[in-house]
Amino acid sequence: MSDVPLAAPRTAPRWRGPALALAGLAVLGLSVTVLAGHGWTQAALVVAGLAGAYTGLNAAGRALFGDAFDLMFWLCAAWLAVLVVAAVAAPVLPLGEHQDIVKTLDTPGMAVPDLSTAHPLGTNNFGLDLLARVVYGARSSLVVSLGAVVIGMVVGGAAGIAAGYFRRGADATVGVLTNSLLAVPPLILLIALGTVLEPNLRNIAVALSLLAIPGMVRMARASTMAFARREFVVAAEAMGASRWRVMTRELLPNVVLPLASYGMVMVSVLIVAEASLSFLGLGVQPPAPSWGNMIAEGQENDAFTKYPHIVLVPGVTLFLTVFAFNLIGEKARKRWDPRRANL
Amino acid sequence: MARDLVKRLIELALVLVIVSMGTFALVDLMPSDPAVVVLGEGHTAAEYAAQRHSMGLDDALPVRYGHWVGDALTGDLGKSFIPPNSDVGGRVAAALPVSAELAVLALLMALVVAIPLAMWSAYRAGGVVDRAVGAVTFGVLSVPSFLAGMLFIALFAQRLGWFPRLEWSRIGDGLGGNLYHAFLPALTIALMEAATFTRVLRGDLITTLQEDFILSAKAKGMTPLHVLFHDALRPSSLSLVTLMGISLGRLIGSTVIVEYLFALPGMGTLIIGAADQGDVPMVQGAVLVIALIYVLVNAVIDLSYGRLDPRIRRAHV
Repeated sequence: MSDVPLAAPRTAPRWRGPALALAGLAVLGLSVTVLAGHGWTQAALVVAGLAGAYTGLNAAGRALFGDAFDLMFWLCAAWLAVLVVAAVAAPVLPLGEHQDIVKTLDTPGMAVPDLSTAHPLGTNNFGLDLLARVVYGARSSLVVSLGAVVIGMVVGGAAGIAAGYFRRGADATVGVLTNSLLAVPPLILLIALGTVLEPNLRNIAVALSLLAIPGMVRMARASTMAFARREFVVAAEAMGASRWRVMTRELLPNVVLPLASYGMVMVSVLIVAEASLSFLGLGVQPPAPSWGNMIAEGQENDAFTKYPHIVLVPGVTLFLTVFAFNLIGEKARKRWDPRRANL
Repeated sequence: MARDLVKRLIELALVLVIVSMGTFALVDLMPSDPAVVVLGEGHTAAEYAAQRHSMGLDDALPVRYGHWVGDALTGDLGKSFIPPNSDVGGRVAAALPVSAELAVLALLMALVVAIPLAMWSAYRAGGVVDRAVGAVTFGVLSVPSFLAGMLFIALFAQRLGWFPRLEWSRIGDGLGGNLYHAFLPALTIALMEAATFTRVLRGDLITTLQEDFILSAKAKGMTPLHVLFHDALRPSSLSLVTLMGISLGRLIGSTVIVEYLFALPGMGTLIIGAADQGDVPMVQGAVLVIALIYVLVNAVIDLSYGRLDPRIRRAHV
């Protein structure tokens, strides 16, 4: 997708892109309003409308901003922006009830998504609003995974810089500890911790950070070793800077950037890990929403076959989010690490 | 070479000791008293104390660790907290073959799909197939295995009725039935691995296909298939071996979660069921066995690419 070479130059007229985009959006609009409830016809038209709008917008974007324009990238960025804003603003948004079952006693359960009703994405078994649950699920997902990345960056970065700068004993100790963390497969580590820890957001974030730490340590150590031989570090040492000063003032600012871009890649891994843990019933506990435990609701009484939206709403949200993080992370990596460009 | 090997082995042993300590410490991280978990609520303080004593929880931490590791080394992983208090070692031994079979089957499926796809994509890089494969594999990488599993179950097992669900048939009861039951879960696990393998192998093959020896093979009039399989695949297989080591952790994770989803009697169902009930000894035993296998397989992979490519043996110190 993103590693596709540029297509051959097109000679289509400039108006074709916007026209196609408009037509696609029109088909999409019609299919979700007029044709609502027509099953496969509607689904096919939604897909056709999306494809038309995408192709058209991409062509229009290329005509406007040049051939390097990548619509998918901007769509992913927009999705993440919407998600973050919605998650942050969730308490003030006019959303339905996301968690309190008592308040939804008179709301119909398992309502099918319908944009014209008060529950645009439908309701679950208890009449809780799925849109609200997805937004609040995004809240816990993002808090937990960003928290874990930050913990990982601080702990892993500190250990990595120390190991890379002091070498010898410190390096060996950090190395063995890192390898020990890596010696248990990630999900198994999370399940083991989930057995004994209270499943609250703080504990989940700490458990997830254990997945981020080894990579952070290795990254910080490698860049520290590369920078420790550079002139500005040698100069600082020659001028009598203390080790602490060299590490915090000279090395840290240079190490932070690769760590942050690795953190970006890690977020999607951690979101999946959190969702898996909640899916297994060891993470966020219902009725508090999380994408993982929402998807797990589809397992009860074959709810998925009867009411596909129960799984598809959180499932598609999870997919889009992970996809967006992966795509942006891949682009960032290609931008900053040309060595692995053809992977 | 020999010194390097000894150093590696010492580090391996250290890692295993630390992992076993961490696993052992799980009991002490428990928020509730293990004696209460075993006996249940509503007993006298004296009964709980006696239970703690019989479980050896009165001893100092190092002593308890020593007992635990000593027992584990002789194959005794303790008894489950949950009635009928079955033997952990026995349960793990019964579950392990199921998981191993699924993982190996998934790996084979992934390779069977990935190698031809990667070859086609690399040989016609930038073509329609390459772009389609690139887009699809990138999308597949964003589908968590439990989500893929739920979709597969709903589609293939329930709507179309092609495959059984929530059933398992042991190899001993006939290979055909066993493979029939293992197919859908293995496919679910293989999905993400196949996508990763395809992408990495494609990148690697594109580099290899630009080498001079490929040009000379083509100039000799070899067919594309011969060039791809005979000349290009072998140098690229090294990165595939590395990749298998890297994706092994995720493979184990997907196997665990997919087993739980399909309710297959493997390690995943065992460990997740135990985790749900707070059955710490069962979790400890399963974690220890999985970590041991994982570390050893990784060590074997590490050592094997010194064998596959002599240049690494010298460069990799």
